[in-house]
Amino acid sequence: MQDNQNIEERKMQNRKRRELLIGASALAGASLLSPIARAQSAKLRVGLMLPYTGTYAQLGAAIENGFRLALDQSGGKFGGREVEFFKVDDESEPSKATDNANRLITRDKVDVLVGSVHSGVAIGMLKVAKESGTLMLIPNAGADAATGALCTPNVFRTSFSNWQPVHPLGKVMVDRGHKKAVFITWKYAAGEESLASFKEGYAAAGATVVKELFVPFPNVEFQALLTEIAAIKPDAVACFFAGGGAVKFVKDYAAAGLKDKVPLYGSGFLTEGVLSAQGDAAEGLVTTLHYADSLDNPRNKAFRAAYGKAYKTEPDVYSMQGYDTGLLLAQALGKVKGDIGNQKAVIAAMEGALIDSPRGQWKMSKAHNPIQDIYLRRVEKGDNKVIGVAWKALEDPARGCRM
Amino acid sequence: MDFATFLIQLLNAVQYGLLLFLIAGGLTLILGIMGIINLAHGSFYMVGAYLAWSLSMHLGSLWLAIPAGIVLSVILGLLLEWLLIRRLYRLGHLQQVLLTYGLILIVEELRSIIWGDDVHGVPMPELLSASIPLTDTLAYPVYRLWISAVCVVFALLLYVLIQRTRLGMMIRAGASNREMVQSLGIDIDLLYRFVFALGVALAALAGMIAAPVSSVFPAMGNQVLIVCFAVVVIGGIGSVKGALVGALLIGLVDTFGKVTELPIGGLRFLPELAGMSVYLLMAVVLLWRPAGLFGKSS
Amino acid sequence: MSRSNTLAIAAVVILIALALLPFVAEKFTVQFATRILIMAIFAMSLNLLVGHAGLVSLGHAAYFGIAGYCLALSSPQYQAANFWTSLPLAMIAAGALALAIGALVLRTSGIYFIMATLAFAQMLHSLLHDTGIAGGSDGIFIYARPDIGFFGWRAFDLEKFGDFYFVVLALFVVVFGFIGVLRASLFGRVIAGIRVNEPRMRSLGFATFRYKLVCFVLAGMLAGLAGYLAAVQFGVVNPDMLGWHFSGAVLMMVILGGMGTLAGPVIGSAAMLLLEIGFQSLPAVDGINPGKHWQLPMGIAIVLVALYLPNGLTGLLRRGRADE
Repeated sequence: MQDNQNIEERKMQNRKRRELLIGASALAGASLLSPIARAQSAKLRVGLMLPYTGTYAQLGAAIENGFRLALDQSGGKFGGREVEFFKVDDESEPSKATDNANRLITRDKVDVLVGSVHSGVAIGMLKVAKESGTLMLIPNAGADAATGALCTPNVFRTSFSNWQPVHPLGKVMVDRGHKKAVFITWKYAAGEESLASFKEGYAAAGATVVKELFVPFPNVEFQALLTEIAAIKPDAVACFFAGGGAVKFVKDYAAAGLKDKVPLYGSGFLTEGVLSAQGDAAEGLVTTLHYADSLDNPRNKAFRAAYGKAYKTEPDVYSMQGYDTGLLLAQALGKVKGDIGNQKAVIAAMEGALIDSPRGQWKMSKAHNPIQDIYLRRVEKGDNKVIGVAWKALEDPARGCRM
Repeated sequence: MDFATFLIQLLNAVQYGLLLFLIAGGLTLILGIMGIINLAHGSFYMVGAYLAWSLSMHLGSLWLAIPAGIVLSVILGLLLEWLLIRRLYRLGHLQQVLLTYGLILIVEELRSIIWGDDVHGVPMPELLSASIPLTDTLAYPVYRLWISAVCVVFALLLYVLIQRTRLGMMIRAGASNREMVQSLGIDIDLLYRFVFALGVALAALAGMIAAPVSSVFPAMGNQVLIVCFAVVVIGGIGSVKGALVGALLIGLVDTFGKVTELPIGGLRFLPELAGMSVYLLMAVVLLWRPAGLFGKSS
Repeated sequence: MSRSNTLAIAAVVILIALALLPFVAEKFTVQFATRILIMAIFAMSLNLLVGHAGLVSLGHAAYFGIAGYCLALSSPQYQAANFWTSLPLAMIAAGALALAIGALVLRTSGIYFIMATLAFAQMLHSLLHDTGIAGGSDGIFIYARPDIGFFGWRAFDLEKFGDFYFVVLALFVVVFGFIGVLRASLFGRVIAGIRVNEPRMRSLGFATFRYKLVCFVLAGMLAGLAGYLAAVQFGVVNPDMLGWHFSGAVLMMVILGGMGTLAGPVIGSAAMLLLEIGFQSLPAVDGINPGKHWQLPMGIAIVLVALYLPNGLTGLLRRGRADE
């Protein structure tokens, strides 16, 4: 009996010990997560929150490449400070956006947050940046609200708003005699905002959208809707698709024989970074965008040469936007001699910056979005050739911005 | 909708349904005969598509890539079954769900490491790249017709295999009574390995032939997987015939749902609820007739 | 010392440690701990179904997500909702959904039950994703966290990460206690009996369907609580919160921790989230960035757990007591 009691007691003690040990190690593990006390470093901490996987992975890589090129050309330093990168894959998942952005800001303590591609993700990041006051640069996501209803002093965008690239397309199409169009896009913020902007511009030019077709994002099964378009027989079709979806849509459109019967137009994302995948199907497509590979200005030529040399691949609009983000940061930090803590000065510097970009020179609008030219492009022999300027110095209306 | 458009949409629906059948056919066999819930089935579809892309680049044409891809996916299926799946037979559904869920993550990351994360187009073979004009505005791609033809051929082959061969008989027997089949001296482990490899190969084949029209991109298997479960449930677990009918049914509901305008109240009831209607159908079948249209009611 | 005394002491020690966390750890750790606690509540709710009642649900995220959406839809735009009205509302919505779905799916069993729970969750996911009624695939952002003031007296401000942590911790303790009491009650023992041998329970006179339904609704409501808190923490709700991927992840947490036990789901969710962040933080070596491919070791871990840890981590611990 006594032996049993001793065994029992020992087992109890073992169990108690084990449980306490587990509790302690869990705590230890948790506190290990807090970064070890860091001496105030001279390095600038840049947080990159981009899609490294998923349908926009290519865009994320292009943006980072462009950004790094700008850093290299700035002597590897911004405002005299070296840069330490912290990267997070946002997977184009808005649900993880605040979490990921939080990690960069609170755990990695980044000085500036750069991201994202997907508009939903960017809005989540913006929310976190707004709360924490961290400087945030948007190198792609076009959500109108980011420089509209949700505009914030510490948030800048170096790309475009969803409203901008597609707005001149309406007039372009009317000038070519297409007064009745169908608009097709993904059913998400970027698609819906593009549609709204297109409708505005198209109506202003005296034409109407006869049908709006939506595909759930990121679905790429278009066959039924293409048949529908053929049945409607509009003058033309306008669309917004990007990345993998753009490849598929253009190819499907051509395979359905619609290409020669019902002309296809779109904002330039339809043919950005995807021309080689699209092949002949994209030939002759007319699009509007704030950039084109073939832009004939010295800055663009130099940019393309340098990018090609560094990364052995052709840059696209996304690379250019990443590049401009780096340029903006370089310029602003140069002005404040690297003191990113002096946020007021940094913001003032960015607001007044004149970016000598491959897309042409541009400045920030009051709502912190680029005021830029929108080019008219046509795909010729696998390249986006600039055939005109669809709109000069187009500024996003920044609806709802209270800055 | 005029009659010509209706017919073309019907063609679209059938083509989508047939492709779904190819994938769901394998899933229903694995579920019905081996009793395994295979959440990773969509990943095999993705693997097939990526194989089509990389093999057609290395071998020069899709015609060579497809047989090579089939061989590789059979090997993959055999390997997976031997390594992992066979340990699931004596475990419950919970472990199956878990293991195959983990498998999805593994396959996705391996794909990312081996082939990267970019979106790719796979060129159609020259022979099939034309389009047949059907109306004055619409042409139907020959390649899509070929996809349907391939699916029909494999449907027939599957039918012959299951219903008309000894192997098929063993498979059907193994589904009803594993121990009995074993006691008859038939190596049921080898049989199950074959069935699993067959399922993987069918899913991969679907991915391969669809690659030129669907393009190749990460996470392309996720959407397909859940729709395939709907097909399997509606058709009846274990029934290949049911999978065919279920797939065609879903093809019809999905395609016509997408292009029909049926506003009810303020909501654009169709086409926006087309996606939901597939799962509604699945739920209705589960509640009213769980065995599905052609399954065995126990 | 008796076993329950030892466990009680251990529990108090851990509770004190958790309560002290915001004072010793930094913001990111506290936020991470909050996330673990919320997922633990979610996992505990699923454990009620899977572990105690033996009902394998692959659609539990539906109740988690619907509560989050409820908060998002009931919050006035750019302003804070009232905590004391929005939380019960969200939980009731989740419970009502569970009642509706449970009444239907509980007519099936085995693999059909699993498929049915999956089907209904996907239906809800499609409804929210494809239509515009709740922001579509982008979801809805919650710009201000709910106001927890009580007739003007604001003891906590949920916008502060420390205060939010305490509220979540308190709710976690309440849920933990509730489930503990439930397990020991007659209801809990009937549910356990149903898991082991349902026909026998029926022959003993218990209306098993009703018991299972109540269990399903309770699990749904607790999942809703977790979903509400998650929506508050992330500030965004999105159809993926109801998706099968998420249902699979929480199922993993339950099994990893140890089904049917009280502490299992808590350990499981902590372990899973720690593993995730651990794998993501793996340092880059020779240009290969394993952190980017963290889902690979995670998937391998899941496979290993499925094969070799049927009783989860608590089962590992209990093996030490196997000689009892």
